[in-house]
Amino acid sequence: MADPVPRLALAGITKVYPSVVANDGIDLTVLPGEIHAVLGENGAGKSTLMKIIYGVVKPDAGEIRWEGHPVAIANPARARKLGIGMVFQHFSLFETLTVAENIALALDARLARGDLPARIRDVSSRYGLPLDPDRHVHTMSVGERQRVEIVRCLLQDPRLLIMDEPTSVLTPQAVEKLFETLRRLSGEGCSILYISHKLDEIRALCHRATVLRGGKVTGTCDPRRESSASLARMMIGGDLPHPRHPEAHAREPRLVVDGLTLASDDPFGTSLSDIRLTVHAGEIVGIAGVSGNGQKELMAALSGERTIDDPGVVTLMDVPVGQLDADARRALGLAFVPEERLGRGAVPEMTLAENALLTAHRMGLVRGAFVRADAVREYARATIEAYKVKAGGPDAVARSLSGGNLQKYIVGREIRQAPKVMIAAQPTWGVDVGAAAQIRQALIDLRDAGVAVLVVSEELDELFEVCDRLAVIAQGRLAGARPTRETDAEEIGMLMSGSFIAEGTQSERRFSPAGAIGPG
Amino acid sequence: MDTFAQLVILTLAAGTPLVFAALGELVTEKSGVLNLGVEGMMLVGAVVGFMVAAKSGSPWLGILAGTFAGAAVSMIFAVIALSLLANQVATGLALSIFGVGLSAFIGLDYVSVVIDGIKPLAIRGLSDLPVVGQLLFGHSPLVYLSFVLFAAVRLFLERTRAGLVLRAVGESPHSAHAIGYPVIAIRYAAVFFGGACAGLAGAYLSVAYTPLWVEGMVAGRGWIALALVVFATWKPWRVVAGAYLFGGVTLAQFQVQAMGSSIPAQYLSMLPYVATIVVLAIISRDAVTIRLNAPASLGKPFHPAA
Amino acid sequence: MMMIRLEARPEPSRLFRWASPLIAAAATVAIGFVLFPAMGRNPIDAFHAFFVKPVDSLYGLGELLLKASPLMLIATGLAAGYRANVWNIGAEGQLTMGAIAGGGLALALHDVESALVLPAMLVAGAIGGLAWAAIPAWLRTRFNANEILTSLMLVYVATLVLSLLVHDAWRDPEGFNFPQSKMFNESALLPNLLEGTRLNVGFIVALAVVAAGWLFMQKSYAGYQMRVAGLAPAAANYAGISSPRTVWLGMLIGGACAGLAGVGEIAGPIGQLLPSVSPGYGFAAIIVAFVGRLNPIGIVFASVLMSLLYLGGESAQLNLALPSAVTGLFQGTLLFFLLAADVFIHYRLRRARRIAKAAVA
Repeated sequence: MADPVPRLALAGITKVYPSVVANDGIDLTVLPGEIHAVLGENGAGKSTLMKIIYGVVKPDAGEIRWEGHPVAIANPARARKLGIGMVFQHFSLFETLTVAENIALALDARLARGDLPARIRDVSSRYGLPLDPDRHVHTMSVGERQRVEIVRCLLQDPRLLIMDEPTSVLTPQAVEKLFETLRRLSGEGCSILYISHKLDEIRALCHRATVLRGGKVTGTCDPRRESSASLARMMIGGDLPHPRHPEAHAREPRLVVDGLTLASDDPFGTSLSDIRLTVHAGEIVGIAGVSGNGQKELMAALSGERTIDDPGVVTLMDVPVGQLDADARRALGLAFVPEERLGRGAVPEMTLAENALLTAHRMGLVRGAFVRADAVREYARATIEAYKVKAGGPDAVARSLSGGNLQKYIVGREIRQAPKVMIAAQPTWGVDVGAAAQIRQALIDLRDAGVAVLVVSEELDELFEVCDRLAVIAQGRLAGARPTRETDAEEIGMLMSGSFIAEGTQSERRFSPAGAIGPG
Repeated sequence: MDTFAQLVILTLAAGTPLVFAALGELVTEKSGVLNLGVEGMMLVGAVVGFMVAAKSGSPWLGILAGTFAGAAVSMIFAVIALSLLANQVATGLALSIFGVGLSAFIGLDYVSVVIDGIKPLAIRGLSDLPVVGQLLFGHSPLVYLSFVLFAAVRLFLERTRAGLVLRAVGESPHSAHAIGYPVIAIRYAAVFFGGACAGLAGAYLSVAYTPLWVEGMVAGRGWIALALVVFATWKPWRVVAGAYLFGGVTLAQFQVQAMGSSIPAQYLSMLPYVATIVVLAIISRDAVTIRLNAPASLGKPFHPAA
Repeated sequence: MMMIRLEARPEPSRLFRWASPLIAAAATVAIGFVLFPAMGRNPIDAFHAFFVKPVDSLYGLGELLLKASPLMLIATGLAAGYRANVWNIGAEGQLTMGAIAGGGLALALHDVESALVLPAMLVAGAIGGLAWAAIPAWLRTRFNANEILTSLMLVYVATLVLSLLVHDAWRDPEGFNFPQSKMFNESALLPNLLEGTRLNVGFIVALAVVAAGWLFMQKSYAGYQMRVAGLAPAAANYAGISSPRTVWLGMLIGGACAGLAGVGEIAGPIGQLLPSVSPGYGFAAIIVAFVGRLNPIGIVFASVLMSLLYLGGESAQLNLALPSAVTGLFQGTLLFFLLAADVFIHYRLRRARRIAKAAVA
């Protein structure tokens, strides 16, 4: 049989931004019906490449061929006409509108006519992703929202479907369901571009993989024949670092949450219900959970960004802190690394020195009513040095740092205040592998020094690597913490989908043996 | 019963400039743009409307001219806030201050000019019917136009695809951009519409309501219109209801005086402003409703990151 | 398709931070060269009458600084709030209330000869403005009501209160029924600073407040907290900076400064209470704050420029028979140009790159 004409062929695609070369001479070929992974760590250039294919961004150089013919994809409408559909990582949905309205917006006017709700019902149930067209998106869970994104693409009969980091918001069981849908699409002849940095998933699902590093292609392979280690080597040019993790010795309780029930501030948020948790000195407790299940609200209640009516519900070293704000809790020895770096953990327009003052002002940085500018700069400088932050110095503007470096700075700023309790939310999200390993090690070192550490993360791998005990949050409720070595990803996955809450949930099929995801 | 009909007519007439201006600003804000320059745009519409009406002898031409003048001046705001990404609050304020100055400047020669304004409807036969006649057929033609505008805006926002796109842009411009919609162009159009409505509102004041031109004659109505949009939680029918409520309050001061009360005029003049503050406070309290109804991107500049 | 587009700078441009107010000022002046001929005036003569004549004498310079005083005073107060994202637009009303409070005290102590009368009036004025600004602060923190609209509504109310007082309760019985209060006693007037001008001690007070404002915003911890609150509210919450406190501080500082400016006007050039005690200083100060980049040196220069625009408008009225409203026109134009020029601080112009290999669509 003659070689099939590739569905999509990129040759020499290059895109340059003022501060970085995002894509450098990239070649990529996707065959019809192929599930093709684009693999690379954060910052490797995957998102930019996808935006080029979908017409959101124009390349500076290079050629795109669609089914053998050269094309210029000037905008997303053009891409959709060709038959390219995109499921975004950060969903492009409109919360106050209904499912039908959201889908109508993304379809060309011609397609949006007719009985759209009926077609939505039909297509969505056919592919095992049932949707109610009249529901408002803000009432839907993250997993359900992804279904809307996918169905939106399916209604346009795509020949190429781009999925950008689709599983970061799914439980392991939901991931398997998604894989079924993708395999089915692939069987029907639709090509799939699967963007991810999750090696095990790629090995379970994809036929081919193109690996990106620093904007260049460093290799292509058949992931089914590779090991995670070999893929990792192509991805980061070295081996995946593993933190040292000696046995933990937990001591007295430092952070105690006793019956926290809190309505969410945000009409689109999740309310908390009877949360109970204890974190002891010298241990790391992790909270796993799919985003949107109450983590934001829980973090705000623990950090002090949101106060609680009953002061005793949260205690720090036996002191009731429910009514205290974030600064008062810091005075008692709490440190917090928030989920959002820019805009919350640091002020983007301010320098690293000014950002040190944000939380570390008790470290001799203020005298009377006035700021001690020298002390502030020195604190920043010392933090930069100790945590190997790549920045221009204390006067570098926070916004100019890469995600990983800014995160290292924030983590360092907090740790250098010698806290008794450390809470970290998504500590390595969007951070390059080297910095992520450094941060995880810093948390472990903190634990060894006797600090009580609480980590909230969506990355199961990270939690299994770092935590001594694991709890799960789902729909605003907490499944109690159990020792890490006594559980596995499957059990945690079940809990993440809320199995411990309602009775009579549909039984989820076990994760298929062809692609088991285990710890580490 | 005739006085009742008169009261209704006066109230609707007093509320009409607010209906125009607030509906226009509502559409602008639905696209995510906060244009605080309504007062300035209304003044420009008023002075240009009056000038053209005086020069041409046709009040309707004046209305048209005022409408376009408001739209034209709103484009200054659009360029600076949308294309040059300036702070929308400051730019809107600049527009108001500029509009006050510009209108006073070009209207100087027209201060004591008298024109033939737009008279209320007088349809032979219909308008003479007892009670109903005046109530239904005795309003200024522009009042009827405001009803049409309300229906059109409501229809547009809730039933048309274009209205859906506008709402989407206001909710999440980045998502709309990712799907491929021209966010900036859509916002330009929304600002233009808002400017036209504000110009129309101003022209109505100077050519129909009290056919005259005086510096600063809008007297804060533009600001009240902005407040109206907030406490209508961005719903058109509430905007209209609020506008007539305020029309009524403005009227009350004249009524009370006419009744020979000894309350100093200044207290009565304060009523609309104090009422605005009070109602604003009551409505804003419900932060949840505001969050659910306010366009999520209101006031934030949009720059496609690519 | 746009050939030129705006591209974000990796770091804000320091050059443009300082250049944009200058560019805006120059552009505004340039507009004059378009406007004056359009009104049938020789542009050179008009330029001279507008920008040069008002300050070519000692008296003129005194007037320049006299008008600049309330502007820099109010702008400093407003700048503190704007940095914290607290949008006090009602400075004009707070100025009026300060005048009422200080003026009321002056009238009550009309027959008292004491060196304490004037300081007491200044304090009363600051408190009057502060109290008026407390209303929008309370409405925002308690009811989440937008302070732009509430502070602005209160401007209209304050003007009406003043009107009420000078027409009625505080009207000078020997004033021929004109709406005005008694002329103030000597002890209630600001002492003159420079012989041959009307410049008074208020200028020194204004400079002192500008300096204090700088110390507060740049060197104090409270000022730092306000800046954080304005730049990143979530970060402020994370740092434990109280949002209500920021709103109160932002509004009250602005109100006190405006109130002080108000009493400075009636204890200075006006010397009594009239239905109007300000040619829109409260609004002009907003522009001064922006053009001055919300910092003290900029504010001083911008207030002098704005003062020149005021004087120019008066001179134009006198010498060119141009309407005084031309001042408002220039003021608005200045702010527009500043906002437009500001874009170059964070963005730069770039020609859109062409795709290297042409492709068939």
